[in-house]
Amino acid sequence: MIKLTDVSKTYRKQTALKNISLTLPIGKIVGIVGENGSGKSTLLKLIAGLSLPTSGQVTVNGETVNRRISKIVSYLSELDSFYSMYTVKEAIDYKASQFTDFNYTKAEEIMKFMQLDSDKKIKNLSKGNRGRLKIVLALARDVPYILMDEPLSGLDPIVRDSIVKGMISFVDLESQTLIMTTHEIKEIEPILDCFIAVRDGLIIRMADVEQLHESEGLGITEWMKKSYMSS
Amino acid sequence: MDEFNTSKPIYLQLADRINRQIVSKELKAGDKLPSVRDMGIKYSVNPNTIQRTYSELEREGILVTRRGQGTFVTEQEGRLVKQRENLKHEQIQLFVQVMQEMGYSTNEIISGLQDYLNKFDKGDEKRD
Repeated sequence: MIKLTDVSKTYRKQTALKNISLTLPIGKIVGIVGENGSGKSTLLKLIAGLSLPTSGQVTVNGETVNRRISKIVSYLSELDSFYSMYTVKEAIDYKASQFTDFNYTKAEEIMKFMQLDSDKKIKNLSKGNRGRLKIVLALARDVPYILMDEPLSGLDPIVRDSIVKGMISFVDLESQTLIMTTHEIKEIEPILDCFIAVRDGLIIRMADVEQLHESEGLGITEWMKKSYMSS
Repeated sequence: MDEFNTSKPIYLQLADRINRQIVSKELKAGDKLPSVRDMGIKYSVNPNTIQRTYSELEREGILVTRRGQGTFVTEQEGRLVKQRENLKHEQIQLFVQVMQEMGYSTNEIISGLQDYLNKFDKGDEKRD
């Protein structure tokens, strides 16, 4: 379980998150939505241990989060973080050398599913295939929590669909939770169990997506338009 | 790509699709359905949602899950015949409601429907 208790994060004088509390169990696909600069990525980094709270507490499976939490949390950054002279296979080998839980067999299955050529150099990959490779690296670890910062951003519809299908195929909902920030709500909504809406450093809504459809007859985008316009 | 309507839970929209496939005989009594994950991939939907669809249809007696084997359309033909009637009734109810809201009389509705079907049978009118 991921647990945030009264967490605030301030960068110099700017407050990124204010008194956030939430808990997330295993077995869910969770979307974090909100405008640019709302605090979505900060929230993800706090869970990944890449950023420490100014006040409050973040725990994952009962452990207070710091850099070492990466042993049970896989994190995919919005930026490309691999060396461009590597081949796809070398990037995978490098990741495997960093994390003992890296599952080679699974990595190969995902690469096959995404039709990635392992001998290609990263600098020669299309943007779409770099996006796919990042997904392979993040999903191939046998860890309970997988975090992705904007996994679909800037990719074409075909690539986005193959990534969405890859998530469904390779996240094991018996033992894993996937949390991602996204603006591509239309594509992600059908695969979400729940969503967290962040605005100006506050969580303004956290709800079961199907519950929103059922009780309010709204999708996430419609709900956002409605509540953002009225405030 | 299959799109879902956000004004209704996805699990119920998927249940509607499966029901229609059964009524149209695309899925027959005793047929095996894809696993929850394969169905999720097919429709780009969360496997937890598919599980909910299957559970709902099981509760209604349309599907049965056999441990270790998977999920199947029930072999109880009687239940499927009843479902066929239910769906027909639902569609007619929707149609009649809209017609009545616009002020058509019972006679107008019946004769209009009869005319339409007569033409349709002769092939004058195209199905859309």
